[in-house]
Amino acid sequence: MTVLQAKFTRRSFAFGISALTGGLVLGVKHEFADAQGRPDMPSPPRELAAWVVIQADETIVIRVARSDMGQGIFTALPMLVAEELECDWARVRPEYAPVAEHAARNRPWGNMVTTDSISVRGSHEYLRKAGAQARAMLLAEAAARWNCPVEECTAKNSVVTHAASGRTVRYGALAEGAAGRPIPGTVALKRPQDWKLIGRSIPQFDTQAKVTGQPIYAIDIRLPGMLYAAVSACPVHGGKLKSFDAQKVLSSPGVRQVLPVGDTAVAIVATSWWQAKQALEALPVTWDETSGTGFSSESIRKTLLQGLDATDVVIGQHVGDVEAALASAAKVVTADYEVPYLAHATMEPQTCTAHVTDGRAEVWAPTQNGEGTLGVVAKTLNLDPSKVVVHKCHLGGGFGRRGLSQDWAVQAVLIAKAVGQPVKMIWTRQEDITHDFYRPMVVARQTAGFDREGRLVGWKTRVCGASIFARLAPQFMRNGQDISMMNGFLKADMLYAVPNFDISYAMRNNAIPVGFWRGVNYSQNGFFRETFIDEMAHAAKQDPYRFRRQLLAQAPRSLAVLDEAARRANWGHPRTPGVHQGIAVVEFDDAVCAQVVELSVSKDGEVRVHRVVCVIDPVFVVHPDTVVAQMEGCIVQGLGAVLTGEITVKDGRIEQSNFHDCPLLRIHELPRIETYIVPSGGDPTQRWGGVGESGLPPLAPALVNAVFAATGQRIRTLPLKQHKLRPA
Amino acid sequence: MIDFLVNGIQRRFERDPQTPLLWYLRDEVGLMGTRFGCGAGLCGCCTVHVGKDAVRSCVTPLASLNGASVTTIEGLGAKGLHPLQVAWIEHAVPQCGYCQSGQIMQAAALLASKPQPTDADIDDAMAGNLCRCGTYPRIRAAIKQAASGKKPDAAGKATPAATEAKARP
Repeated sequence: MTVLQAKFTRRSFAFGISALTGGLVLGVKHEFADAQGRPDMPSPPRELAAWVVIQADETIVIRVARSDMGQGIFTALPMLVAEELECDWARVRPEYAPVAEHAARNRPWGNMVTTDSISVRGSHEYLRKAGAQARAMLLAEAAARWNCPVEECTAKNSVVTHAASGRTVRYGALAEGAAGRPIPGTVALKRPQDWKLIGRSIPQFDTQAKVTGQPIYAIDIRLPGMLYAAVSACPVHGGKLKSFDAQKVLSSPGVRQVLPVGDTAVAIVATSWWQAKQALEALPVTWDETSGTGFSSESIRKTLLQGLDATDVVIGQHVGDVEAALASAAKVVTADYEVPYLAHATMEPQTCTAHVTDGRAEVWAPTQNGEGTLGVVAKTLNLDPSKVVVHKCHLGGGFGRRGLSQDWAVQAVLIAKAVGQPVKMIWTRQEDITHDFYRPMVVARQTAGFDREGRLVGWKTRVCGASIFARLAPQFMRNGQDISMMNGFLKADMLYAVPNFDISYAMRNNAIPVGFWRGVNYSQNGFFRETFIDEMAHAAKQDPYRFRRQLLAQAPRSLAVLDEAARRANWGHPRTPGVHQGIAVVEFDDAVCAQVVELSVSKDGEVRVHRVVCVIDPVFVVHPDTVVAQMEGCIVQGLGAVLTGEITVKDGRIEQSNFHDCPLLRIHELPRIETYIVPSGGDPTQRWGGVGESGLPPLAPALVNAVFAATGQRIRTLPLKQHKLRPA
Repeated sequence: MIDFLVNGIQRRFERDPQTPLLWYLRDEVGLMGTRFGCGAGLCGCCTVHVGKDAVRSCVTPLASLNGASVTTIEGLGAKGLHPLQVAWIEHAVPQCGYCQSGQIMQAAALLASKPQPTDADIDDAMAGNLCRCGTYPRIRAAIKQAASGKKPDAAGKATPAATEAKARP
């Protein structure tokens, strides 16, 4: 590995991995693209249908437009293209579609946004189509050369064959001519039963790079003349930078510059990041913290609880007459719920490298949204977008932090502009935890009514919290309201049949930044809904699994997944005495996921989670092992959140700062996880389910439902650590 | 002046002796496989070997390293992939991958001292290494495989055969 090191990481512009590591190429050159601003630019030679470039040496380059942050799409998306291309998979090399060229060529690679578990479910059709188009162009080129009907030619494993004459030709020899042929408009796609690549857990491209420490992340960028920046923003959310005394640190070792970043932050630029960070700690800074006085988790809670009785709300779904049903109910159950703010805590802290000179900007970014980064950089620097180049790097975790919240890109280019040299900005972990775009703190009030036979006759839920759209994506608001805050209770994703049902949302925004956190909105609403369903079952004196079954009679997919989870977990019969079960099912991103959690509670009130059984229906599966890995990841992240996860506010400041007070799940807390994939399939032109997030929402409710089974204590506020548990 | 070895190569550092090993490796030597996660020894992303011990390079000042021999992820498999790296690949452990250098270095130190670790040994050794993606089940499986010296059989694979077979509608 020493040789690899010398070859790849010390190269002055190095940021790429080639054949040695299985072909991960991030396509980074330190130059400003000449192609900018030429919409009529011809497509490059050997490029077929935008997505495929076949080189003379038979290398099949397949472009990836979305971003890989660990969810495996750097392999799964090329599989979709290659399925139809009929190429030699061993020669495939994925490459990020260049962001600047995307803009210059009228967006040939479609949507680059990587949120909402969208990569496979939002791209599968046009990627398979692109593979089929490229194959058709290669076949047409071969037929023309052989002067035979194209129908007589077949393609397989990167070779075109004319069986009648016994002639063959490889794709590499055809690509140049094929690239000049028209892209066919309509192509037939394979039927699912004919797929050969899709559905196989083939090795991923970048695994070896990740286990040998190759420099594939934005934080690994090295450029000639590069300086390093450490940043500190006002610790009070809503506060401002007042002043700082640069003279105190300008003579510190390595320090080059001390500068304000916008009106909220200060940065130190030095010849190493450690020097910059040391000087930042020594820098006298005065903040305007007045807005933070008295602004705390307690004051936010008070505002949110008032929203539970407010009338300025938006209705998400209204079925029947819930008030009348509750008024005439024989029995009514009502309960308030609450979840705290949560941090993303990507293992790679926020970072971005930028070089801004002569009215141009070049950025190396861990971005879930390459086009978004380009737009933000252009806007921040008041540049025409054609003057911006964004190099996408693999992300050291994303989980929603690096999609629409591009604050790190803004800071990096403002600093780089002031410095005039390439600058790598890295946040400290403290900066990362205290300046996140958190999963919102949300409260809910839920009421259910039953008739004399114990049948559910009415259910209403009110949620109140800060709107993510209002903070990050006002363009998605409808009439000034954010419907998505009610996800999991809407017509499309609340599949329980209830004769009278209401969901409403009171928006209460404040200065704490909120954003998209894995399982967006379903992660808290799934907890509210599926825990309250358990309360209902208990009130109706029914088994919570069977209670759900009755209400899902008209939702066959959900019912099948729920049944499979109960069967796999041997519901009602935990294997060990003292172990108790809880169940939940959530429909999300066109996938359905049900989980059974098995846990025990010790005499001291310690919870031990023994086993999580997870059943997922993603409709179709590209790479089964990736689906399993995503379920494991969702469950581990969900466990950390439900057991200990919380971010709290005091006088406008976040009270947590690093992994000692913002703990994540550790390996010794890991339960046995069993994942079962039950794809319902069907027509592949219809919906496919997403798997990046859908395993997270059922975990918290299944877990607290198991706690109820073990203790009789109903957990309505998270995290669990705040509750004193007593085994029943 | 501090003299020490990094992956077998003699190095000398003559500036602030309080500089953490992590930033020397990354910003001075250009060994980018050792990663910054927390700066406080809380996450294990920056784990390297000093002698035979796994240490957090973010809180290891160079002053403590005179005469020491440091091994990073780049030096671990100097004679080809380390058995743990092979096992990591076979179990498809990494998701985002950012923490995996530190996980592997920690596990390598464990196996060097306990070639046949129990689950409790793995818990003890690995509990200081965080993974936000949640690759812990596979980390455990990969350590066991590397310790066994065997190739994974179907039952030991991260993906159950039943799952594989059911993956197609």
